[in-house]
Amino acid sequence: MGMFEAILLTVITAATPLLLAAIGELVVERSGVLNLGVEGMMILGAVMGFAAAQATGSPYAGALCAMLAGMTLALLFGFLTIHLVANQVATGLALTLLGLGLAGMIGEAFVGRPGVRLQAIDIPVLSDLPVVGRILFGQDLLVYISLALVAAVTYVLFHTRVGLVIRAVGDNHGSAHALGVSVRKVRYLAVLFGGACAGLAGGYLSLAYTPQWIEGMTAGRGWIALALVVFATWRPLRLLAGAYLFGAVGIMQFHAQAHGFGIPSQFLSALPYAATIAVLVIISRNRILTRINTPACLGRPFVPDR
Amino acid sequence: MTATTPTDPPAIGRDRQGDILLEARGITKRFGDILANDDVSIALRAGEIHALLGENGAGKSTLVKILYGALEPNGGTLHWQGREVTIASPAEARKLGIGMVFQHFSLFEALTVAENIALALPRGTAMRELSARIREVSRDYGLTLDPQAIVADLPVGIRQRIEIVRCLLQEPQLIIMDEPTSVLTPQEADQLFLTLERLTLEGCAILYISHRLEEVKRICHHATVMRHGKVISECDPARETAASLARMMVGSAVHDLKRGPRPDAGAVRLELRGLSAPADGPFSVAIDTVDLQVRGGEVVAIAGIAGNGQGELFDLVSGERLSSSGSVQIDGQAAGRSGITARRRAGAAFVPEERLGHGAVPGLRLSENIVLTRHSTGDGLVRGGFVDTDRAGELEKRIKNNFGVRMSHDDAEARALSGGNLQKFVIGRELDRQPGVLVVNQPTWGVDAGAAALIRQELIDLSRQGSAVLVISQDLDEIFEIADRIAVISRGHLSEAEPAETMTRERIGLLMGGMEDRQGGATHAA
Repeated sequence: MGMFEAILLTVITAATPLLLAAIGELVVERSGVLNLGVEGMMILGAVMGFAAAQATGSPYAGALCAMLAGMTLALLFGFLTIHLVANQVATGLALTLLGLGLAGMIGEAFVGRPGVRLQAIDIPVLSDLPVVGRILFGQDLLVYISLALVAAVTYVLFHTRVGLVIRAVGDNHGSAHALGVSVRKVRYLAVLFGGACAGLAGGYLSLAYTPQWIEGMTAGRGWIALALVVFATWRPLRLLAGAYLFGAVGIMQFHAQAHGFGIPSQFLSALPYAATIAVLVIISRNRILTRINTPACLGRPFVPDR
Repeated sequence: MTATTPTDPPAIGRDRQGDILLEARGITKRFGDILANDDVSIALRAGEIHALLGENGAGKSTLVKILYGALEPNGGTLHWQGREVTIASPAEARKLGIGMVFQHFSLFEALTVAENIALALPRGTAMRELSARIREVSRDYGLTLDPQAIVADLPVGIRQRIEIVRCLLQEPQLIIMDEPTSVLTPQEADQLFLTLERLTLEGCAILYISHRLEEVKRICHHATVMRHGKVISECDPARETAASLARMMVGSAVHDLKRGPRPDAGAVRLELRGLSAPADGPFSVAIDTVDLQVRGGEVVAIAGIAGNGQGELFDLVSGERLSSSGSVQIDGQAAGRSGITARRRAGAAFVPEERLGHGAVPGLRLSENIVLTRHSTGDGLVRGGFVDTDRAGELEKRIKNNFGVRMSHDDAEARALSGGNLQKFVIGRELDRQPGVLVVNQPTWGVDAGAAALIRQELIDLSRQGSAVLVISQDLDEIFEIADRIAVISRGHLSEAEPAETMTRERIGLLMGGMEDRQGGATHAA
């Protein structure tokens, strides 16, 4: 296995959790809700996924449990912000802190225990192809799921009525309400979907990326996922590109350190955020881009008059 | 008085023959302590254009929202074709056959025309078919639309068309229209009236809300007048005069404006000379070499359809945006590079279009809002960096009394005032200064007839005292009422200001559509 192939493999594993968490958040934000609790939902997903895999021996049960954990926190977020109309930013930040705290407490017993690894799926023949074989056809299930999700979200958002309703709610919740769309229901479902994706992303970390439990193992990936959504200007295909780019930057940190390049690792770890700021500057200069892709109701509370 | 009370059978008017489609009986809706609808009854008949008249806050919108299922009444019943129904949501209203054209557009800017329309139609409408149907219907009714265009790129006149076509595609039996002509040129409005006529011939019922009484007289078969949440009278608008309709709405006679003779041309107090500015983004309009002189003693009005550069022009004149030094002159002094405060010090005053958020800070008390525009205009409101709250309070009382600003408690927060009252306040705040130059954008937007008459009178009076008054408005009735000279803005280009006596609506309509421009362009090209 060549060096290049090895790096590419690690880029995929680094990009997948970002992609999973970000594609969920993209749908949430398209519906007009800003959930800053991605990091919290991820880490709870990571610890619950690890625990369930330990208990059952099945990494798939772990992944399922990770999703449920993310959805539980998302439901709490939805209840507070959609139902009780609490401030979304404050609630999201609180959710992150809650998730980190809860995960630390639950995970205390698991520190240092070996985990159950999610095995790669070897597609016979194809995975033996030179160069591309392992990369394209020898990944674990979640990698394929993350890619399928991007395709599915793209299709649903832009080619189905459900997607149209989600975008409409995010663009103008008042009008959507006036047309008879249940704004709250749409947002609840979007937030739950986002929670499931974030939980699964966390599960990927503790089941595939490094199959063990380490406190704080999400290490800011939830925040990168949030930045990624803006970086992608709320478009799924750009999100895919961004996730792999950010994943590559993350991997570069290790290699830069290992090979003693003169780049401080702090600089590289700051790169995704700097890139996001740069993108924000660029898209805010082009207002048509901002207007058409940015959900206009993002973060704005909705209270139906009745 | 030809009006009858609602309990009497409608004995007057043309024969009301159509079957009753939707009837509301004894509708009551309460918001907190306020009774927005008090025992309101209305019957809408097939083939009839039914006007719903009333001042702001009379309860029209509340009633309409109840009929459309967006609000739940506290009491009363709705009957659709004689059968009692509850309309729990707009979707249910649409299922019955009730369509609504909203005043504040209920469009999604980021979506295409076709997507906007699809959202209002039942599930399972194929997008491709829909685009064809949109083209067909819009052609049929003379409301041309491109289904693939993104709404954010479209001017307001077209957006109004989308609302109407969206409503028509639902094939409703009853169409509710809330101020549909407020953003249309006279020609576009005529086109709409033809559409409405055709719909009534097809048996459609139309509930038509408008502040434009001449329009109501022209097209409506029947009118219901509301005041303070109650139905005050019903009448045949064709047999009323605009003044008698206004009297029913307001409850007392609306005074005709006293114009007084126009004084001899005073000195030029506000001058725009070759004022230009590039567009400030895709939804903004470039201002193209605007020349205009406003003399002391006159009111000059700028007519135009919304979105043709009015806001941009106002920003340049008020100093929210700077331009080259000599392009804006106040009393002969170059002010193009001065900010708002400097221009205010030079004797100018400005009232922007959006009263809440732009003209006043919603969360601040009125007295605090006074300080915001008058802190450095010699009113002694700020001394050594400290705000003189007593002085601000005095001013607030004076403005409140002089302009009849009503509020629930003294010195309320700006957001607690109704739209009309806040407008009286933001205009009164500037008028109270007796500025030498006053620039107002949409002085009576969404303000009821009584308050509008008061504001217009004040603007005229200020000019007659020797000030230069520049009014930007989309309301031609208002412009003809107050203006001495009229200019028309179209795509950022301002026509020459002509005396109001020689201007006609038709001519303004042509100028609004940029007709003259195009002809001019053609000769240039040749």
